[in-house]
Amino acid sequence: MTPTAPGTTPVPGSATAAPAGSPATGVATRDVHLAFGAHRVLRGVDLDVAAGSAACVIGPSGSGKSTLLRCVNRLLEPDRGEVLIGGRSVMADDPDALRQRVGMVFQHFNLFPHRSVLANVTLGLRRLRGMSRDQADATALAQLERVGLRHKAQVRPGTLSGGQQQRVAIARALAMEPEVMLFDEATSALDPELVKGVLATMADLAREGMTMLVVTHEMGFAREVADSVHFMDGGRVVESGVPAQLFESARSPRLQQFLSQVL
Amino acid sequence: MPATDILQTLQETFFDLDAMREALPELLTVGLPNTLLLALCSAVLGTLAGMVLAVCGLSRSRWLRWPARVYTDVFRGLPAAVTILLIGVGLAPVGLLLWGPNPYPLGILALSLIASAYIGEIFRSGIQSVEAGQLEAARALGFSRSTGMRLVVIPQGVRRVLPALVNQLIALIKESSLVYFLGLLATQRDLFRIGQDQAANTGNESALLLAGLFYLAITVPLTHVVNAVDARLRTGRRADGVPDDADDDLTLAISQEAR
Repeated sequence: MTPTAPGTTPVPGSATAAPAGSPATGVATRDVHLAFGAHRVLRGVDLDVAAGSAACVIGPSGSGKSTLLRCVNRLLEPDRGEVLIGGRSVMADDPDALRQRVGMVFQHFNLFPHRSVLANVTLGLRRLRGMSRDQADATALAQLERVGLRHKAQVRPGTLSGGQQQRVAIARALAMEPEVMLFDEATSALDPELVKGVLATMADLAREGMTMLVVTHEMGFAREVADSVHFMDGGRVVESGVPAQLFESARSPRLQQFLSQVL
Repeated sequence: MPATDILQTLQETFFDLDAMREALPELLTVGLPNTLLLALCSAVLGTLAGMVLAVCGLSRSRWLRWPARVYTDVFRGLPAAVTILLIGVGLAPVGLLLWGPNPYPLGILALSLIASAYIGEIFRSGIQSVEAGQLEAARALGFSRSTGMRLVVIPQGVRRVLPALVNQLIALIKESSLVYFLGLLATQRDLFRIGQDQAANTGNESALLLAGLFYLAITVPLTHVVNAVDARLRTGRRADGVPDDADDDLTLAISQEAR
């Protein structure tokens, strides 16, 4: 099955503001399968995210959304199928090198608690990109500035609110100048009043033309920011489309049922 | 016998100040340096070997995991005296060729082997207690598994078990007295041996009691260092939003095991 991706036309204006240093790159999955023992979590997932667009993946828990995300940067190796970045399969690439091109943000932030906020962001720059301390600090501070947390550079992540921690995690991923960003329920662990700031940071990023694959329960975000929305259920993409189409006139009964529960 | 006589006998046996005064110079200039030398050398070697053991024990390769498992079982399971005698006496001919008739290298080796088995388990439990998301985040940035472990997971794991580690070092200081099995020259005697020799010669335990006080002077402050470290970890480091209890339970469990 090859779902067409009708919603992947970038929103007007987004193409003019690609993030510095990384030309926008599309990402796609082709017939991705993954089973944990007898449990078939992914059963042939085809997904297309056009260069510079933001795609949201929605669906009930256990539908395989987070697993799919981990297959894209090969934190999990698919049993079958391919991941394409910039139209080229990455399945034969060195996984560590691949992950340097793909940023990821987690539900529980996963900041390194024993290092300062600044050191969280500079760790990859220094150890993987081989930057000097000054260079790495400057790059990291610029990213912290962008998420509004430059003034917190010297503190430990534990002293920050959840929303601030997640914005640091976004800065940490962006500092590596990824071609694609993956968000795994980035706001699910946050107190309600902190969700907004993180979503705003993500919306900014989408507006700047970052290619984003966002697993989320925030239907408002999917509706307003995403260029395409993909509904997953039972390890497959059941329905894809532009947000308006998907939310207003869902075709599949399963999506209609899901939307009636969450909206 | 009237109670006063009993008291006087006890006082003469344990608190004979003259006997103590006589033993003090040797305890200070010979015994203390030797005990500290034994304990420090085996602490450093045991900690290094313990880290290697912990990493092997957590490896994905069974060819690293299994030897680490067997090693740990053997040296944790044997009485310290057996290990010290087997190594110190059994390998003595080899030692004689390598560095002459000094029992210290083999004594330190035996103490390090024992300590590393315990310390390896302490490190392993600490490293295992670090949330899986930490390694996942490091790998998502592009770090290899081993680099992610080294830069992110192991430093956090070690921090969590520092109190248990210090407890193990205290045990090591006490166990260092067992090297007397290997036969020590007068200048090689540690705190215990000097106190014991004097007690055996005079039939008065005061010198041994004084040696005991020396051990306490080293170990009691260390115990309080543990508590201070522990308290700081409780109050100072809540960086990951995990409830305090999770870590405290672990630390408690480990320090009890170490005792």
